[in-house]
Amino acid sequence: MIARVYVGLKPGVLDPQGRTIAASLNDLGFDEVQDVTQGKIIELKLASGERDTVEARVKEMCERLLANTVIESYRIELDEEEE
Amino acid sequence: MSTAVIVFPASNCDRDAAVALEKVTGKPPRMVWHKDTSIPDDVRFVVVPGGFSYGDYLRSGAIAANSPVIRDLKDKSEAGLPVLGICNGFQILTEAGMLPGALMRNANQKFVCRISRLRLANAKTRFTSQYDAKHEIDVPVAHHDGNYFADDETLRRIEGGGQVVFRYSENPNGSRNDIAGIVNASGNVLGMMPHPERAVDTVHGGTDGITLFKSIVGSL
Amino acid sequence: MARKKKSEITPEIVAEHGLSEDEYAIVLDRLGREPNLTELGIFSVMWSEHCSYKSSRRHLGKFLTTSDRVIQGPGENAGVIDIDDGDAIVFKMESHNHPSFIEPYQGAATGVGGIMRDVFTMGARPIALMNALRFGEPGHPKTKALVSGVVAGIGGYGNCVGVPTVGGETNFHPGYNGNILVNAMCVGLARTDNVFYSAAKGVGNPIFYVGSKTGRDGIHGATMASAEFDDDSEEKRPTVQVGDPFTEKLLIEACLELMATDAIIAIQDMGAAGLTSSSIEMADKGGVGIALNLDKVPQRETGMSAYEMMLSESQERMLMVIQPGKEKLAFQVFEKWELDVAEIGTTTDTGRLVLTHKRKTVCDIPIAPLADDAPNYDRPHEPTAPREILKPDEVDEPADYNDALIQVMTDPDMASKRWIWEQYDRHVMADTVDSSQSGGDAAIVRIHGPDGPTDKAVAITTDCTPRYCYADPVQGGRQAVAESWRNLTCVGANPVAITDCLNFGNPERSEIMGQFVGCIEGMNEACRAFDYPVVSGNVSLYNETNGVAIPPTPAVGGVGLIPDLTLVQSLGGARPGDTLILIGATEGWLGSSIFLRALQNREDGAPPPVDLQAERHNGDYVRKLIRNRRVRAVHDLSDGGLAAAACEMAFASGIGMELINPSELPAHAWYFGEDQARYLISTDGNSVNPILTTADGLGVPAMIVGKAGGTRLKAKGAFDVSLDGLRGRWEQWMPELMSGATETV
Repeated sequence: MIARVYVGLKPGVLDPQGRTIAASLNDLGFDEVQDVTQGKIIELKLASGERDTVEARVKEMCERLLANTVIESYRIELDEEEE
Repeated sequence: MSTAVIVFPASNCDRDAAVALEKVTGKPPRMVWHKDTSIPDDVRFVVVPGGFSYGDYLRSGAIAANSPVIRDLKDKSEAGLPVLGICNGFQILTEAGMLPGALMRNANQKFVCRISRLRLANAKTRFTSQYDAKHEIDVPVAHHDGNYFADDETLRRIEGGGQVVFRYSENPNGSRNDIAGIVNASGNVLGMMPHPERAVDTVHGGTDGITLFKSIVGSL
Repeated sequence: MARKKKSEITPEIVAEHGLSEDEYAIVLDRLGREPNLTELGIFSVMWSEHCSYKSSRRHLGKFLTTSDRVIQGPGENAGVIDIDDGDAIVFKMESHNHPSFIEPYQGAATGVGGIMRDVFTMGARPIALMNALRFGEPGHPKTKALVSGVVAGIGGYGNCVGVPTVGGETNFHPGYNGNILVNAMCVGLARTDNVFYSAAKGVGNPIFYVGSKTGRDGIHGATMASAEFDDDSEEKRPTVQVGDPFTEKLLIEACLELMATDAIIAIQDMGAAGLTSSSIEMADKGGVGIALNLDKVPQRETGMSAYEMMLSESQERMLMVIQPGKEKLAFQVFEKWELDVAEIGTTTDTGRLVLTHKRKTVCDIPIAPLADDAPNYDRPHEPTAPREILKPDEVDEPADYNDALIQVMTDPDMASKRWIWEQYDRHVMADTVDSSQSGGDAAIVRIHGPDGPTDKAVAITTDCTPRYCYADPVQGGRQAVAESWRNLTCVGANPVAITDCLNFGNPERSEIMGQFVGCIEGMNEACRAFDYPVVSGNVSLYNETNGVAIPPTPAVGGVGLIPDLTLVQSLGGARPGDTLILIGATEGWLGSSIFLRALQNREDGAPPPVDLQAERHNGDYVRKLIRNRRVRAVHDLSDGGLAAAACEMAFASGIGMELINPSELPAHAWYFGEDQARYLISTDGNSVNPILTTADGLGVPAMIVGKAGGTRLKAKGAFDVSLDGLRGRWEQWMPELMSGATETV
């Protein structure tokens, strides 16, 4: 099973990287860009298991390591198809 | 009495911290490897040094914060052991939940290395008692992720509780309230982005950092 | 050349590997058969310009490379000098020009990583990094992104590994629009009795591979042999190498830990041409053969061929020959540092490189011809035509000298580079005595021995004035070496030795080869005049785009010894009331000067000649004054002449300066002329007469040229500006240039 963890800054936390990307895109002529938020995707290859159990485990991974919940939020996507 | 410096694979200010400690205590500190599960019992003060611990992959200090030695350090600090986290050490202590808030990427996105002038926001801590509260001090900073963030409520709490210890005179990284260093509520854990160990010798161009080591060692 | 019909190696494949017909004929002769693709790849990289120095070798051989202090000259991973008390300094400078132009962050970062490996391979802990950077004109559309990426890459690597980046130089010139130069220098500290070399010794000794896994990074000549690869091969073959400073840090600590034992017989880093050049160099130097089992090589990707493994330039890898019986110890140390480690082969007595892969012999070639028969060309070289000498009265004086001073001090080469060096950790290791932040002539790093900090230090500088080299390669070559020697002198050091990074255009053009030969001639003359040998270096040719070559840029990295830290000198010690004395003669040389370029947009005229005897004479005198504590501030005169030197001394000292013109020369020639062998010193009243009298006795030109004090920069008959105002303009140039730069995100 594949778990994709999307980690981004919480709303309200200043995102200078996003702001820099937005400014650069505007400079390049993409005037329609109003705001950018950026983050990271962490892909985990897991031994298969009960969906709920897996999700609970991945949530624990996020809380303990993958995200810093002081500033970051996360979202988990599970993909049960084998690679 | 012993002091100790924690060593992660890519700590790079471990030797600098050791030199500063030896200068003040007259005795080389114990160098504690990150995989050790406990800090030796005779250790009375621990420095978590600067560097990039595990390459700062994922987030600065995140992986180090989960190492065996930090678990023991957390327990011992809750029992009162004084701890100083410098730069990457500060990042590790926030990631480990030993200090409130987080250190984010510098507001201008760039690594910054300069001599920073600091105001003493609290000269009554165990780490700052020997400073003259009225004087500003010069201590170098060198970091990419030193932008201190805490939510409004946390900020109110630490400001109200005298937990802010150092403030930048000129904010180099976008930190909220110009915060350069904070202590925990009990006052025995200090985290700071500036490097006091790089200002302990006349060849460094200034010795304002030595007073911090003298203060804490003197309080033991 | 009798080739079989169904030859695997077509003339196209040979050409795509960069081998000429003649070169390939030698391959066929030495092998007595046609090579397979892997073997051809090995010959091609070993005989490439980069590895064989085929255009430059015969000229490099002319350099002075020995002195009382030289332990190891050119030919090893880095040069080694003796700095007394059992301490040795190991250093080298290297280019990473092309990769940095393609991908500035990773190109620069891996350049820093590579040069550090060259140094710690010799048994030295890296203690300082320097760099010499050349970018296109500031307004060129690519410049800002390249500056931003290169600087971030240098910082990102050095800062993480924890080695201070203490200084460097940066030029901007249209001549680099299509080819930037990124030259990185590393200085390391070893013990004289524990220096490591690359010569493999003994037969039957185990060969260890340590570091990152091997991937398909940076495999060159990859356009060829497309039949060898599958359809998505483009995706599989990134040509940009990605640096991993974390692994580099682990490698340093692990190698130094193992070097403290007697387990290592020979060690070599895998740089350009990776496993190929490292194994062949080790075998060739040791006069042994090598047998490797490629199945044992730690691999990052699946399905890698022998060709790919041998040519991969994956970073952060080392090869070593281990003392038999010490294998277990080696494994223990590397595993402690969580590095990939494998025993991949042994030394043999066959004199051949034998590779097996999937139980087949995929390469079996004699090693000696790879080195001994490497091409060694005497390429035609045409000396650069001498230029007319520009006399002061042939150059218009500026209408407004205040404006002239501002133009000179905000010239791209003159303006403050704070924007750059604030991104480098200059203080880590806590031994930095002086760095870029002082604006001084050379960086100073204290020697930190096994028992803690000592009272001695090394001074380090990088120098080259490409516009002089372009105008007159011989004088420019002399000047690059002389300026580095002056800069070390200014901080109170005894200059000891240099490394060089020779960046030029296409050597197959006689005028470019003429620049190359001319610069080496000039450099070598200076090295001999100062007893200041070359101990290591690197050549980077073919720096040109669409037939336009870079200005000749032989960057020099100088190292000097400061035996006593209390005698360190800076340019920042001038006090109000001090007298300013100029050492050295002034003819008012404006040809090829910053003044000419900044004010009149001209780069013509012969550059200032370098009188090597005067250089030595004047420099030795200045060093003596420093040792006798006769001076408060010292600065050498270079770009921008006396006016620029006085401004820089004023900025560093935080006080104004008032200059006079006691000469017969017009003001622009006196204040902005770039005559060589000159120093500005600031001293208290009591020392003035002794300094002038002694100088007179020694035949060293010396005269009073002004005084320190106040808050303005004044020059009689010329400018009068506020110190803070000028400093503001000088500091603002680069932030203004870079504002809105596209960051690497």
